[in-house]
Amino acid sequence: MKRVVITGAGTINALGRGVPDTLEAMREGRCGIGELEFRDVERLAIRIGGQIKGYVPEDTFNRQQLALYDRFTQFALISAREAIGQSGLSFSNGLAERTGVVFGTSGGGLNTQDENYRSVYEEGKNRVHPFVVPKLMNNAAASHVSMEFDLKGPTFTVATACASSNHAMGLAFQMVRSGACPAMITGGTESMLCFGGVKAWEGLRVMSRDACRPFSANRNGMVQGEGAGVFVFEDYDYARARGAEILAEVVGFAMTSDASDIVMPSKQGAARAITGALADAGIDAGEVGYINAHGTGTAANDKTECAAVADAMGQQADRLMISSTKAMHGHCIGGTGAVELLACIMALRDGIVAPTIGYEEPDAECALDVVPNEAREAEVGVALSNAFAFGGLNAVLALRKAG
Amino acid sequence: MSVKDRVIAIIAEQAVLEPSDVTMDSTLEDLGIDSLGLVESIFAIEEEFDISVPFNANEPEQSDFDISSVASIVAGIEKLISEQAS
Repeated sequence: MKRVVITGAGTINALGRGVPDTLEAMREGRCGIGELEFRDVERLAIRIGGQIKGYVPEDTFNRQQLALYDRFTQFALISAREAIGQSGLSFSNGLAERTGVVFGTSGGGLNTQDENYRSVYEEGKNRVHPFVVPKLMNNAAASHVSMEFDLKGPTFTVATACASSNHAMGLAFQMVRSGACPAMITGGTESMLCFGGVKAWEGLRVMSRDACRPFSANRNGMVQGEGAGVFVFEDYDYARARGAEILAEVVGFAMTSDASDIVMPSKQGAARAITGALADAGIDAGEVGYINAHGTGTAANDKTECAAVADAMGQQADRLMISSTKAMHGHCIGGTGAVELLACIMALRDGIVAPTIGYEEPDAECALDVVPNEAREAEVGVALSNAFAFGGLNAVLALRKAG
Repeated sequence: MSVKDRVIAIIAEQAVLEPSDVTMDSTLEDLGIDSLGLVESIFAIEEEFDISVPFNANEPEQSDFDISSVASIVAGIEKLISEQAS
């Protein structure tokens, strides 16, 4: 089995364009959540989100590209350019044929769907742009990244709601570890902040109208975000041979299904995924210094997640740090695990643990060290990233400090 | 603007050329317009003239709409405009 390392990272999200800006915001505990701005927002009851402000697609893409790139594809391309650029990989030799792209997304081209449904249903138009299908399809982002970088290996998209990008990165990890691929481009992307996207979530009555406060006793729901995170996962030997900078090592992955309820989380399912990731990595619970929580800020998730961590980690649960960065960038749904993996890399590489901001009141059912409100310096050797999706699908990644 | 000039403007935009570079005897291939560019051009033409162009990308030769040159496209559109005028 090969060792798998991360040699490039890229992102765009409400905290910033690029990894340096995003990590700076996480260190400073900055909140990227604000008033939503899009058509018909006044018809929504929920009007806040982690929306990427000041982003002008035309500054990055030309008219022909924008005819084919939904916002979620744009986010993926921007992030992939940063990640691949940092990795220094060139795909001119045989590497391209064995390198692929695995992304997670939940809504795919939801803005494209929303705009065109509005056009035909509300405005009564009988003609739509010919590229609606290639623009909205869930695999568009992965395909455009493969086209831009000439990557001809296994390329596909994973859709498991809020766990999509963890599942995607877990599969990419397995493909590099098995030796099937020397490198994989992986992560997730989501752009659900449009009228229909938020209206649908509103219906579920789990959204907060004012803030995302994970683990806080007065938490009142989740806040949606948008954005992408993209990483280069690479065979350690290959990365070492070419002298690449290693950001972190991916050491384990596990996925489980609750097989119980379509929306309510299960402690057992989550705990099995955490335990499974540790077993897959061959590491002891005592080595884990930080967990990036799923931490949505809903009543149900946060207490279930804390109970799962307590079960899976045993006595070690009281020693480790666990934080949810969703209070800063919002819940980026199918892209969220990818954006959150950046917090794990920061903990391992920079020794800085991102805080859970918006934390106001302790909750006896979330009695772990949730790193409230301020980032903390700490030596972290192993970090986990949790994702527990609607549908009862759980995916946990384990990362180790480079070296 | 005449129908001809409006069609040429649409085709020129699709080909990222100046309208003066698009001549009546140009083919879409000459102008570098591929199959996706063609369906996008037809969409733009339908929007511009509020007509429906009978074109099936699976069998362009069988369609009742001749795309072999800019001239044939303009002629086809002029015919459709007169037929579909209400």
